[in-house]
Amino acid sequence: MNIDLAPFILTFKLALAATTVLFLIGVPIAYACAFTKRKWKYIVEPLISMPLVLPPTVLGFYLLVFFSPNSFLGNFLATTLDINIVFSFLGLVIGSVLFSFPFMVNPIRAGLESLPPSLIEASYTLGKSRWKTLLNVILPNIKPSLLTGIVMAFAHTVGEFGVVLMLGGSIPGETRTVSIAIFSEVEALNYTTAGVYSGILFVISFTVLFVLNIINKKWLSVFR
Amino acid sequence: MQLDIDVEIMEAGISTLFGPSGVGKTTVLRMIAGLTNPDEGLIQVNGDVWFDSSRKINKPVQKRQIGFVFQDYNLFHNMTVQENLQYALKNKNDSFLIDEFLEMAALTGLADRKPLHLSGGQKQRVALIRTLLNKPQLFLLDEPFSALDLDMRLRLQDEFLSISNRFEIPTIFVSHDISEVFKLSHRVFVMKDGKIIRSGPPAEAFGTADAAAWVKLVGIVLAVQNEGSKRVAVLQIDNEITKVYLAMEDAQCWRTGDRVLLSVHAHDFSLAMINKMKP
Repeated sequence: MNIDLAPFILTFKLALAATTVLFLIGVPIAYACAFTKRKWKYIVEPLISMPLVLPPTVLGFYLLVFFSPNSFLGNFLATTLDINIVFSFLGLVIGSVLFSFPFMVNPIRAGLESLPPSLIEASYTLGKSRWKTLLNVILPNIKPSLLTGIVMAFAHTVGEFGVVLMLGGSIPGETRTVSIAIFSEVEALNYTTAGVYSGILFVISFTVLFVLNIINKKWLSVFR
Repeated sequence: MQLDIDVEIMEAGISTLFGPSGVGKTTVLRMIAGLTNPDEGLIQVNGDVWFDSSRKINKPVQKRQIGFVFQDYNLFHNMTVQENLQYALKNKNDSFLIDEFLEMAALTGLADRKPLHLSGGQKQRVALIRTLLNKPQLFLLDEPFSALDLDMRLRLQDEFLSISNRFEIPTIFVSHDISEVFKLSHRVFVMKDGKIIRSGPPAEAFGTADAAAWVKLVGIVLAVQNEGSKRVAVLQIDNEITKVYLAMEDAQCWRTGDRVLLSVHAHDFSLAMINKMKP
């Protein structure tokens, strides 16, 4: 049995990158969805939740077609900026960000919506800008939601398969994440290796969710 | 319901918007604060236009220099008392004010506590001084004491009065508690169905100026019952329970839950309706 750690390192690199990007764009989007009264949110909200119901292969397929070197965008990126999305780590990050979107945005949006509006208004009446209110009042008061979003997005990216396979293939060290490695090992009838990979992933996922629950309970008790 | 208000307040001191729940008092206060936009109209404070629909002027709430005290305190739970005040303070050179205000509100020992570990009265004291730190040009209070029990409410009313006298900030106060209105306001605007129907000093606004020499108590009818051949109303006045005999012609119109004004003069008294309990 040959246990290769490269898929694990790659997987966590990918999850870290995707979660970071998701947090940076997820907070403003959740904020906009939670507080806007405009109609566009009725279009945007289902779009955000689409990855929950859409087979990952569908998203992967669209991305593959969209970014393939034969497409206009893929060609443009490859020739002028020398960026290849398909079968690259960057492609995996883009795919993962899109696919884990609801896992980051929905908890944060729920947290924002459960915050009493008058708390935000109190900050405004003290002369504080929206930005200052967001940083000092809103975000610190929805810490449990932020943590849930971060951990769920991270865990979901770790466990991703369909999008990664469609968009990234299985290039060792580049796009071969743990879930792909497990699939490849099973295909090659290396059940023991696949079992070890699966076991490790199982334990890690359980631990992450367990710790999240403990931290969240602790935080919530602070607010009581 | 349509809100239609035309008011000019010339004097400093405490002006109160009084009326039953849902009459639009809070909405008016929020419009002055810039938290709710009127459909049309003009809001002008000290010659400065805050809102003018015809000229499309709408000064953001952050720039209106108001102090707004909410019914549910709205302290920031992620910050200690001290941090709440620090966050509010606009000019960081004035940080000595924080200690001064904490002392004034008898909160010095609680500066490092989070709001969750404070009583309702303590929370509202923090909220009061938090809005005062920046010396607002207008002080707006939305039923600030209504969530407190009676003792605490009375005590905070006294403290608020002394603060108000000390800082002399023009104040608009929203309340549906007539005893509070009597005690605190210099002038009352009585609202009904989205309009102001009466205004003036409390006694005048409530139509009792002619009996000003009388002692006036606000009570709630707890029960109307027979005692021998007489009809008796059981009243709650503050925390006291008392009975009054009713004139036979009045006996039919009193019901449990009615708010009444009990005027007492020597051996005489009269009851006047304030709010009729909805059937």
